[in-house]
Amino acid sequence: MTRKTWITLAAMVALAALPPVFYWTGNAFYLDLATRLTILAIAAVSLNLILGYGGLISFGHAAYLGLGAYAVGIPAYHWLYDGIGDWATNGFVHIGLAVAITATFALITGAICLRTRGVYFIMITMAFAQMIYYLIVSIETYGGDDGLVIDTRSEFPGLNLDDPLQLFGLAYVSLVVVMLLVKMIVNSRFGMVLQAAKGNNERTVTLGFNTYIYQLFAYVISGAIAGYAGALLGNFTTFISPEMMDWRTSGELMFMVILGGTATILGPVLGSAAFILLEEILVDSLTWVEHLLDGIWGMKIELSNYWHLPFGLLLIIIVLYVRGGLMGLINRKED
Amino acid sequence: MAALLDISGLNKSFGGIKATDDLNLSVEPGELHAIIGPNGAGKTTLISQLCGLQRPDTGVIRFKGRDVTHVPPHRRARLGMTRSYQITSLIMEMSVRDNIALAVQAREGHAFRFIAAARKDPGLREQADALLARVGLQAKADMKTVALSHGEHRHMEIAIALASQADLMLLDEPMAGLGTEETNAMINLLKGIKGQHTILLIEHDMDAVFALADRISVLVYGHIIATGTPDDIRGNEAVQHAYLGEDA
Repeated sequence: MTRKTWITLAAMVALAALPPVFYWTGNAFYLDLATRLTILAIAAVSLNLILGYGGLISFGHAAYLGLGAYAVGIPAYHWLYDGIGDWATNGFVHIGLAVAITATFALITGAICLRTRGVYFIMITMAFAQMIYYLIVSIETYGGDDGLVIDTRSEFPGLNLDDPLQLFGLAYVSLVVVMLLVKMIVNSRFGMVLQAAKGNNERTVTLGFNTYIYQLFAYVISGAIAGYAGALLGNFTTFISPEMMDWRTSGELMFMVILGGTATILGPVLGSAAFILLEEILVDSLTWVEHLLDGIWGMKIELSNYWHLPFGLLLIIIVLYVRGGLMGLINRKED
Repeated sequence: MAALLDISGLNKSFGGIKATDDLNLSVEPGELHAIIGPNGAGKTTLISQLCGLQRPDTGVIRFKGRDVTHVPPHRRARLGMTRSYQITSLIMEMSVRDNIALAVQAREGHAFRFIAAARKDPGLREQADALLARVGLQAKADMKTVALSHGEHRHMEIAIALASQADLMLLDEPMAGLGTEETNAMINLLKGIKGQHTILLIEHDMDAVFALADRISVLVYGHIIATGTPDDIRGNEAVQHAYLGEDA
């Protein structure tokens, strides 16, 4: 086994083992953090399929996350207020809806977006995502701007998602399955064409591949996986709002992929972990400094609100100086 | 015998410039047909139209007797036409073998196969390695394409063209940027291929063209002014005047 395989295994074992330990030792908060991280990692891995392996810089991935979450929230809402059948709380229905809706959305918008390249592609994917954002904002029934509380989580036989440990377990297993799925896809003949089109589209076309169809296919797979992640996210937060599909969320997902290392299987997972943990650590340490300043000099400065500043600086430094993101750091030592 | 490729009345303008001007040309099965012409004669524009990356304004391109003028490039490749590039056009971040294997994959049909790992597919690997051996690059199969020399890239282009087992190979200046030794190696390589494939060779290097071609067409300002055997072309006054120069 290569060094990379070992590191991947070690990281995945750590992600499986640590959160439950925190939970059992009375730090339930860290389990929550891990669940959020794991769900966002699924979305980041899906984005990496098109961004990293396909070279298609989609700036609208949050829309899939949001649509997936609303596919849980809307049936649950009608179940509670309109008394529609119990099928509306069934987890398989939720996931089926999330995947079907996001795959369809990806197919329709992808068919249009993929006719453009470069900056235009980035802008048009973002525009479609914003369209969904404003659509949701405009629907008063589902809370519009304010969002909607999901009163009941998805129901699966033998699984209780109200138990944070089981919810984490589902997210973790999903992440592993999605990672293996993406690994299989990128190493298949299909994946070879996808990566070739990223490297040299014209050459790949003149070889006889209609790269448009291959890219569209990857776009749909990626969207559907992100939709699945969205359904999990809805179950995790039990609150959905248009915020989830805002372009800033899309940007964060992109950052996770780039931070961790594009076109690698583990990279997006590391990226999401670094992103989520860094945010936490910075807020905590700034709060600590706040208390310190208050305690010694009686200065009342709200520092922790400004955690974005050091965060942004760190991200810029990593992107500038570490080629290939965190995975680049690992691979470099291999040489 | 019917021509494999038959071009009639082809025209293509960019603004006021006629890049292709009432061009007629036919390529017979099995021949190595070379197109020569001074810089700016419209050689690359012609190849782009043949492989479908550019649409002619008027005119008809027939391939195997079928009108392909409006057939998109990936379909033409499927019909049995392949091209190499004047400016090396490889997938630099992929390995040498992956580049060739991709071309083998292309010949085997669509690649909507998601499960088996392509790099471990013995069929793809063996064919790719055999092709690399044919162009003398078997030792570099696992290297990243970007790490190879320009001459080696040119050989890879030929391996890719061969991988397609296409009925017609469009070779766009395979000698471009090669030194004398590398050019000789390329001429030898093409001599080995000649006769097994129909080749339309677009080339600047006169020695190479006269050493390889069965027939030569001379392209000047987008128009073919003469077609004939190398000896015909050498003796043709119009050609000498337009292209080879008085002392040729």
